[in-house]
Amino acid sequence: MNKGKAFIKRLTGYRLFLPLFCLVLVLFSNLIKTPGFFEVTIKNGVLYGYIIDVINRASDLVILAVGMTLVVAASGGTDISVGAVMSVAGAVCCFILSGGQQSVNEFVNPYILGVLAAVLAGILCGCFNGFLVAKLKIQPMVATLILFTAGRGIAQLITKGQITYIRVESYKMLGSSIPGIPIPTPVFVALIVVLLTYVLLKKTTLGLYIQTVGINAKASKLMGIKSSMIIFLSYVFCGLCAGISGLVASSRIYSADANNIGLNLELDAILAVALGGNSLAGGKFSLLGSVIGAYTIQALSTTLYAMGVSPDQIPVYKAIVVVVIVALQSTELKRMVSKLQMNIKSGKKVA
Amino acid sequence: MPNEIVLSMKNISKTFPGVRALDHVDFTLRSGEIHALMGENGAGKSTLIKVLTGVEEFESGEIKIEVGSQTIINHSPQEAQEHGISTVYQEVNLCPNLSVAENLFIGREPKRAGLIDWKTMNRKATELLSKLDMNIDVTKALENYSIALQQMIAIARAVDMSAKVLILDEPTSSLDDNEVEKLFRLMRRLKADGVGIIFVTHFLEQVYEVCDKITVLRNGGLVGEYETEKLPRVQLVAKMMGKDFDDLEAIKKVGKTAGKSSEPVIDAKGIGRQGTIKPYDLQIRKGEVIGLSGLLGSGRSELARSLYGADKPDSGELKVSGKTVVLHTPRDAMMAGMAYLPENRKEEGIVADLSVRENLILALQAKRGMFHPIGSKEQEELANKYVKLLQIKTASLDTPVRSLSGGNQQKVILGRWLLTDPDFLILDEPTRGIDVGTKTEIQKLVVQLAKEGVTVMFISSEIEEMIRTCSRMAVLRDREKVSELIEEELDQNHIMKAIAGGGTDE
Repeated sequence: MNKGKAFIKRLTGYRLFLPLFCLVLVLFSNLIKTPGFFEVTIKNGVLYGYIIDVINRASDLVILAVGMTLVVAASGGTDISVGAVMSVAGAVCCFILSGGQQSVNEFVNPYILGVLAAVLAGILCGCFNGFLVAKLKIQPMVATLILFTAGRGIAQLITKGQITYIRVESYKMLGSSIPGIPIPTPVFVALIVVLLTYVLLKKTTLGLYIQTVGINAKASKLMGIKSSMIIFLSYVFCGLCAGISGLVASSRIYSADANNIGLNLELDAILAVALGGNSLAGGKFSLLGSVIGAYTIQALSTTLYAMGVSPDQIPVYKAIVVVVIVALQSTELKRMVSKLQMNIKSGKKVA
Repeated sequence: MPNEIVLSMKNISKTFPGVRALDHVDFTLRSGEIHALMGENGAGKSTLIKVLTGVEEFESGEIKIEVGSQTIINHSPQEAQEHGISTVYQEVNLCPNLSVAENLFIGREPKRAGLIDWKTMNRKATELLSKLDMNIDVTKALENYSIALQQMIAIARAVDMSAKVLILDEPTSSLDDNEVEKLFRLMRRLKADGVGIIFVTHFLEQVYEVCDKITVLRNGGLVGEYETEKLPRVQLVAKMMGKDFDDLEAIKKVGKTAGKSSEPVIDAKGIGRQGTIKPYDLQIRKGEVIGLSGLLGSGRSELARSLYGADKPDSGELKVSGKTVVLHTPRDAMMAGMAYLPENRKEEGIVADLSVRENLILALQAKRGMFHPIGSKEQEELANKYVKLLQIKTASLDTPVRSLSGGNQQKVILGRWLLTDPDFLILDEPTRGIDVGTKTEIQKLVVQLAKEGVTVMFISSEIEEMIRTCSRMAVLRDREKVSELIEEELDQNHIMKAIAGGGTDE
């Protein structure tokens, strides 16, 4: 009995317990309404099923959340331009590959050139944001608001206001699947981004520096850690992630739809960071937490679809569940509950 | 006339994870009494105050305001205030970007027709402050005034809320003598008005100057309550430390003549920075402990920061070990073998949420560079070594440094810099807000380091401490280095004269 209690205490004390718990809760709620949720079938050599859909569709968000986590941790602010940057990256890639035409059936330029250009576009956007925040000390929300509004305009300029289609099978692979491999490609992309980032944070001291700068920028300055450089780098990295995510999103629809790629995804990315138990005020962070948060959001959307909720109403339900999840993780609520328990206990004693 | 009891705390207990912070502590305060709460770091003073003011919950015991009244439990500082208990903390807890008047009346602004009556508010604020000899423009933002003045304003605010119990938690640690005297005048007036004052401080002299009674805590337990007159200093210290105290005198003047012949480690010529420190010349030799003395705001920290590159100087030339260097950033200074323990521990020193281990290795890591991470095993070894060396009291290496007591936090930062193996160590108020025992330890360490060949710059407001540790002293006044004192001149009288000016430097 005591052993069990101790185990539960240790389990719940684990930092990522709550985010994981929420994800599992969302997933298992399907057992009641959609028993087939966890069924996985193979169609045309590719895995299909709701659960696969969750893992696949969450990939764009996971990549964004990775970048967002670092921005939040280092600067205590958010990058609200990532959705727009995704569309810029998609537009740049399609522009290069189509050579400026509206629709092509084969690459005009090498594929790799398009990919590199898109990633570079993301990095440049990140540099711009980073420069405004780290060097000019503009508040992150305001600084990234510029690209948030201008980004899609830039993407429209590149695509000349049209949707550019790349009707080439190999272009679709990044967003769907590679023949012979049953798992959708975006899953791998997300996995690679997460792993590389993790290694980068561990193998260099970037992770430690980001946390130090986020917690106490003045102290870090006196220790020879340049906070402006670290913050700048975090925005650049976030731009890079947005670029990669934009590539995946564009490949899914094999086109550059400047108005819709990554629409509203910046808010989900911020939410993923928060759901992962990370403080939006910066400082200590958990990369894995944000990743779990991202999957939770997608699990929620897919669950609601599976339950037959109409797309118009989904945001309402989503909002309700998010409030519950955030409340579950609030320390203030925990305090209130424990106080209530104590009151009940002492009340019983008196009686 | 000590009167009836205004506050009684009985059998208060409180446990933090792994630590018994308060163990059946009693505390009684009478009206018109100034009562010192003494103890080393981690003795439980802060916790007792926090329990009283509702910042922390306590597990058992009772708190009563006035005799025979109901037991009260404060759940928040606001509630404590409603019960007539106001607190002024060591770090000023006001809003720097609001005006002085707003700060004084925040949450209880005079209103007219539902709107804030600015005229009345400013007038009342001016009146309130002028009663306390502070004639300042109350419409200016608080941040325009020195920390000392901000502290006084915080006290004025607490006083004005007609407190029965006023808690002053280390209020004097950032005040100079003149301001301390003003504060004491104010405290005595409040005492005459019947306010009960709890005075938490590390300065023994101040306790004997204003306090009627002393309650001593040690390791979370109550040692006893004493009348100030009947408790000699030595005994007070002994009670705080729980052993016979090898007097501070023990470390005396060691290594005074050290390094006279050797080349200067630091050779500054005409270094200055517009608006912060006037150009100065300074030579410091290997193994020397040089003190910087002067009143608050005289430019002590500014001088140190200009050497360290924290505030880049705009004139002059600096030679480190004979080589001319230009230090653009603190990192340049670190690479040149410097280390700087800043004055403000909370704001510029600790990285609160990170662990003791991470806080210890940070500076060394920064020195090595981003792409040469210190392995976890080496981190542990280094951290363990310095935890042991400096006797840092922490539950584990992975404890967040924020949960350590002030003195232990300071030791962590000291350890952080020692880890970088500096040739020139700048210590800016390393003993501020720290208990007597740790103070002595740090002083001894400084002398020891100097013996081992480290050059130390020591900044402190306590002249006695400076005399004990320094082999030479530079005196500053009004952001200018005015004189240097050596050897036989290093005594209270000479230093006081130099600080005050008039004679010594003309």
